[in-house]
Amino acid sequence: MADGANPESSAQESGETRREFLYLTAGAMTVVGAAGALWPMIDSMNPSADVLALSSTEVDLTPIEAGQSVTITWRGKPVFIRRRSVAEIETAESTPLEDLPDPQTDGDRVEKPEWLILVGVCTHLGCVPLGQKTGEKRGDYGGWFCPCHGSHYDTSGRIRKGPAPTNLEVPPYVFLTDNSIKIG
Amino acid sequence: MSFKSNNKVVQWVEDRLPVISVMHHAIYDYPMPKNLNYLWNFGSLAGFALVTMIATGIFLAMQYTPHVDMAFNSVERIMRDVNSGWLIRYIHMNMASFFFIAVYIHMFRGLYYGSYKAPRELLWQLGVVIFLLMMATAFMGYVLPWGQMSFWGATVITNLFSAFPIVGESIVSWLWGGFSVDNPTLNRFFALHYLLPFIIVAVVALHLVALHTVGSNNPLGIDSKGPQDSLVMQPYYTIKDLFGIGVFLLAFSVFLFWAPNYMGHPDNYIPANPLSTPAHIVPEWYFLPFYAILRAIPDKLGGVLAMFGAIAVLFVLPWLDRSSIRSCKFRPVARIFFWIFVINGLALGYLGGQPAEGIFVIASRIATAYYFFHFLVMLPVILPMIERPRELPSSIHEAVTKS
Amino acid sequence: MKKILSGLFAAALGCLTVPAFAAGDAVKLPSYDWSFEGVFGTYDKASMQRGLQVYKDVCAGCHSLDLVAMRNLLDLGYSADEVKAFAADYTVEDGPNGEGEMFERAGKPSDYFPNPFPNEQAAAASNSGKAPPDLSLMAKARVGGPTYIRALLTGYEDTPEGLDIEDGMYNKYFPGHQIAMASPLYEEAVEYSDGTPATIDQMAADVSHFLMWAAEPKLEARKSTGIKVMIFLIIFTLVMYAAKRKVFAKVH
Repeated sequence: MADGANPESSAQESGETRREFLYLTAGAMTVVGAAGALWPMIDSMNPSADVLALSSTEVDLTPIEAGQSVTITWRGKPVFIRRRSVAEIETAESTPLEDLPDPQTDGDRVEKPEWLILVGVCTHLGCVPLGQKTGEKRGDYGGWFCPCHGSHYDTSGRIRKGPAPTNLEVPPYVFLTDNSIKIG
Repeated sequence: MSFKSNNKVVQWVEDRLPVISVMHHAIYDYPMPKNLNYLWNFGSLAGFALVTMIATGIFLAMQYTPHVDMAFNSVERIMRDVNSGWLIRYIHMNMASFFFIAVYIHMFRGLYYGSYKAPRELLWQLGVVIFLLMMATAFMGYVLPWGQMSFWGATVITNLFSAFPIVGESIVSWLWGGFSVDNPTLNRFFALHYLLPFIIVAVVALHLVALHTVGSNNPLGIDSKGPQDSLVMQPYYTIKDLFGIGVFLLAFSVFLFWAPNYMGHPDNYIPANPLSTPAHIVPEWYFLPFYAILRAIPDKLGGVLAMFGAIAVLFVLPWLDRSSIRSCKFRPVARIFFWIFVINGLALGYLGGQPAEGIFVIASRIATAYYFFHFLVMLPVILPMIERPRELPSSIHEAVTKS
Repeated sequence: MKKILSGLFAAALGCLTVPAFAAGDAVKLPSYDWSFEGVFGTYDKASMQRGLQVYKDVCAGCHSLDLVAMRNLLDLGYSADEVKAFAADYTVEDGPNGEGEMFERAGKPSDYFPNPFPNEQAAAASNSGKAPPDLSLMAKARVGGPTYIRALLTGYEDTPEGLDIEDGMYNKYFPGHQIAMASPLYEEAVEYSDGTPATIDQMAADVSHFLMWAAEPKLEARKSTGIKVMIFLIIFTLVMYAAKRKVFAKVH
């Protein structure tokens, strides 16, 4: 207290506890108030109602022929839909689990063996793998190949070689009819 | 300022960057007059409003799109779809008004108690700079929702600059970045609306440095003579400021939650239409007195100069008021004319919201003339002739213990 | 000091009433009871549902409602399935698909109310030169808001003697009285699904209520948040006042 007098420190008063309590309450209420005011602002950065309303997409599968792939956008990410050929299903199902860095049977990754639905984002660092269009590199296992750091995926979208730690993610989806699905 | 701490980390930082000692000094050592009344709360309230505006503004900017085709709908998306978006936007909208309320009261307090007089001239002038920056920021912010009032307000105000001879037209098209208020204008207004508040923060910092150099004025307007006249910030004025914030927020909440559009204008919920002007273009209430001065002068350039002059005169006020007594408490005549000046200012505000016709035009001219008369004639010439100040108390402590 | 403080407060409040003065040239509107007014006001869901019906059957022929999505109708008290079915009644243009063609599909809850006209020029052309305004924010974009809309819808009268306004285009509450929209409502213009008699007054009240919601969908959240904030602030302020008194008690 260089210049300002502080009469409070000069005397011991009986109202000490009451004052302490008031200070504590005042401080606590200020903190609570500030936090309460901050929360709506933080929450405003969460997905908004219009974004959430678009969180599911319906896809008509009729135009896709065997062996063909299409890419659609779901929640701002590419989703790979491949109508697998008999040979591709065969290879995917017969791969022994011990050959897989992230063991998972093909049956666990599809609803119907013919239709493979994957989120087209490499589990390594988020690039989009090649292999959707005809003529694109499909990697050593005939599925997808990520050009960023050389991850190879098989015909079930499982990681086989390269730095990616896990298989390509399967998004939540249901078959609405035999020929249409709802993703999300 | 030799600050010593037992905490090694604190001391390490302190030896390299004296932030802690500066804070410590401001909170525990810096003496403030012990007789400050509640009008001295409005400085901290204005600071609180500034922080609120910046905080809500940053989150709004994350959702807003500064494009003529999307700006209006992006604001409505904030109001409808963004989590708590309506709350943040209404806070930003209404706090703008409450910021001006706090600043206007802060300024009138300065006028009444002579807080602009030596040695506080620069402190006062920095305040006027803040006020100017606030007006620019508020104006550009009002353009962003891109409603009818946004668009036509922007058109009218930017056209003010066309009043200047020769360069006027070039200045206006430079401001617009085109041949009318359009997308380039909206874009730059958004950029500047985001920038200026931080410049305000910087000037506020200077305002505070100046304040802490010369010390707060007080209702008696006499200098503090020692420890018996003063108190420190903590806990006295921190608690008092928090109480002030509570009352301020209570009043604010009434508008925020029950009349959020009261201080706005319905026309701004109509998307901007460059082909149709609303029947009455009215600026936000805090600009109305200056708008009245602008319209009072029957000459385009004259009106613009008068409006800017109304603020420029505040810059030289410390040298216009020649009385050595600061507080109107001891100036029986100046006090009366202070209140006449307040009423005149309110009248200007009222007139600025009225259509420019008939009696309103004449009244605006009288009120405008009186505004300048007060600063240019009343304070420097008439008051020194007719006023005999009352005797000042010898110290704050004496005056406080007597009453 | 008290005098100065109250003087300055009065000054500030005086400034605040100025905009109210500024908007004083409209015709005096009747006063209605709205359930959403007042400190605890909430929307009347039944009235909004009827109002939606009026909008859909009467207004939507000419007026868009751009900012309202089908999913928002959950606010009116409909279930998710009802909203889905309501949305599916609309046909929406979507695309382009893989072949680059636009295609039509049934509406989804995430779709917005479709515009009755492809663009503003088309809207103006088929309405004798003036495009019918969008109604999403109408209840906030006019002085008087929902009260103005309701008064306007019931304010059609015969043109008074001496005024050069075509019969049917005179409206007591429209600024200037010459309105470009003929009275859109007539008795039984819609058949309410809840059996309420569809009088002009009833329909005007319902559709105004609905449009108020369309303009201010967060009104209920706003007021209920307000109550909680007020309670907190009152306690906060009292605690600060007590602490301030305590701290300053020993200052002489």
